[in-house]
Amino acid sequence: MFKSIFDQYDWEEVKASIYAKTSRDVEQALHHQRRTLDDFAALISPAAAPYLGQMAAISHALTRQRFGNTMQLYIPMYLSNECQNICTYCGFSLDNKIRRKTLSSTEILMETAAIKEMGFEHVLLVTGEASQLVGVDYFKKVLQLLRPHFANISMEVQPLDEADYRELSALGLHTVLVYQETYHQDDYKKHHPKGRKSNFDYRLETPDRLGKAGIHKMGLGVLIGLEDWRTDSFYTALHLNYLEKQYWQTKYSISFPRLRPFSGGLTPKVEMSNRELVQLICAYRLFNQEVELSLSTREDEVFRDHIVPLGITSMSAASKTNPGGYTVDPQSLEQFEISDDRSAAAIAAMLKQQGYEAVWKDWDPAFSGEIKKVAG
Amino acid sequence: MEPLLLADKSFSSRLFTGTGKFSSPEVMESALLASGSQLVTVAMKRVDMDNKADDMLQHLAHPGLHLLPNTSGVRTAREAVYAAQLAREAMETNWIKLEIHPDPRYLMPDPVETLQAAAELVKLGFVVLPYVHADPVLCKRLEEVGTAAVMPLGAPIGSNKGLKTFDFLEIIIAQSNVPVIVDAGIGSPSHAAQAMEMGASAVLVNTAIAVARNPVQMAAAFKAAVEAGRMAYEAGLAGSSQHAVASSPLIAFLDEA
Repeated sequence: MFKSIFDQYDWEEVKASIYAKTSRDVEQALHHQRRTLDDFAALISPAAAPYLGQMAAISHALTRQRFGNTMQLYIPMYLSNECQNICTYCGFSLDNKIRRKTLSSTEILMETAAIKEMGFEHVLLVTGEASQLVGVDYFKKVLQLLRPHFANISMEVQPLDEADYRELSALGLHTVLVYQETYHQDDYKKHHPKGRKSNFDYRLETPDRLGKAGIHKMGLGVLIGLEDWRTDSFYTALHLNYLEKQYWQTKYSISFPRLRPFSGGLTPKVEMSNRELVQLICAYRLFNQEVELSLSTREDEVFRDHIVPLGITSMSAASKTNPGGYTVDPQSLEQFEISDDRSAAAIAAMLKQQGYEAVWKDWDPAFSGEIKKVAG
Repeated sequence: MEPLLLADKSFSSRLFTGTGKFSSPEVMESALLASGSQLVTVAMKRVDMDNKADDMLQHLAHPGLHLLPNTSGVRTAREAVYAAQLAREAMETNWIKLEIHPDPRYLMPDPVETLQAAAELVKLGFVVLPYVHADPVLCKRLEEVGTAAVMPLGAPIGSNKGLKTFDFLEIIIAQSNVPVIVDAGIGSPSHAAQAMEMGASAVLVNTAIAVARNPVQMAAAFKAAVEAGRMAYEAGLAGSSQHAVASSPLIAFLDEA
């Protein structure tokens, strides 16, 4: 389990070692063919800032070789904003006194029709954490409902047990995203004072449970703005490194959500500039040629347009972050404000203009879950 | 040049191609036409099998261009057999490129699952083209269960590293009774020519064409290289040596006495 590796590292020591990196360390990292965690630390360090141009060029070349001139598109579908957790940075937090909404089967199908109309085949289902109302039984129902409609189904919901993941996987669940938010244990407690989410270790070991359950893909990340992003990203890379060796049949993706404003929310403790986000994205690519790097509509139009050739392999588009946002209940509470509200067609056109093909379908329900008998 | 006989089909082009990583379906189509390829592999997961108007399939609809669905994405023999059956129904071909790479990072083919799936698919009447490591014994085992060819890798998929498995490919080609198609790793026309010169029946190229600055021109370059390599093989290479060969003093005693 990752916990045993995590416990060997001390946050302050890791942080100090990143900030002590020199231009010599960065140059060595740039020259290596296969880069280590230590190289990654150099590439995310302040010392790497003057080398950003070189990093971008390498990142572009590596990404293009591995993923070609393509960009995977997906869209989130928020199913519920019910939540029993208090998270200081989230619009769905229990202490945010707003009207709550959980979609019924009929409403989910209405949202599905709206999403399919835009051309999407890959959907990401999102909820808060309210296990009584929106628990494994609800997810099972939703997967059965949606499997005929989408080529690929991902989920970003509360961490579950291994057996639950196994069951959901058999029903066609392809990918699970579970962000640690921060690997800083004390800070984690501060930002998650109440609810099941306050259990740091259970969350930390979620990727292990997913790996054991044989999930096809899992997504990792931290919420940038809670703590020092360089140190948090080092831990993410450490986690990725461990998981890739342990669960070698699973695909991995990384996201880098920057904290966005929401009604009555937290001001980020740490600001990350665009330049720094580019540095982080390129550093991940130089560290790992195969990992998928995903960018949401949290980022604005100008940034998203320019980041396309720099290492990103999948993007959401036309997102709504509230349950029913596409057609059922556009006014319900959203999780965070999005910054790029262009249509899916506009994003696909932007990609085409840059020489990238928007990939709508890169999976088939036939490839996941339980196998049915083919007639004839 | 001799045509290549594969199962019940004859191919004048020995350059097989893939459909991934292109910047648009239009570029893909132009590149494939420039390559002269007659067999192009399509990942089932990328196409909408229920939709005859699928964008990618539309751009592949050319007489003389045969589609070879592949099972990329499956992790086990069971999943592969199921996927192949769906492909047969949807794409109306019993040809299947069997790809089982449970490792999504390096996309290394699983020999155990591949052999098992191949045996089963042959029984179900498929023309099976399995993607495998350059493993001579595995290639013989696949031939024994009835695959139409073997497709050993030159280097990891998409790596463009060339024939890293050269010595093993030589053994495979030397002892195979079915066509040997070098798949994966071919990064430049010279790599393709090298594979053809050593006697490969065909090569499959995707990334090196799709990701080139000018995919159409690169496709034409591969076409020429594959033809040159094949012609050289058929013409019989003269062989080479690092040193001039002097008459050996080791047998000088034969002339004495």
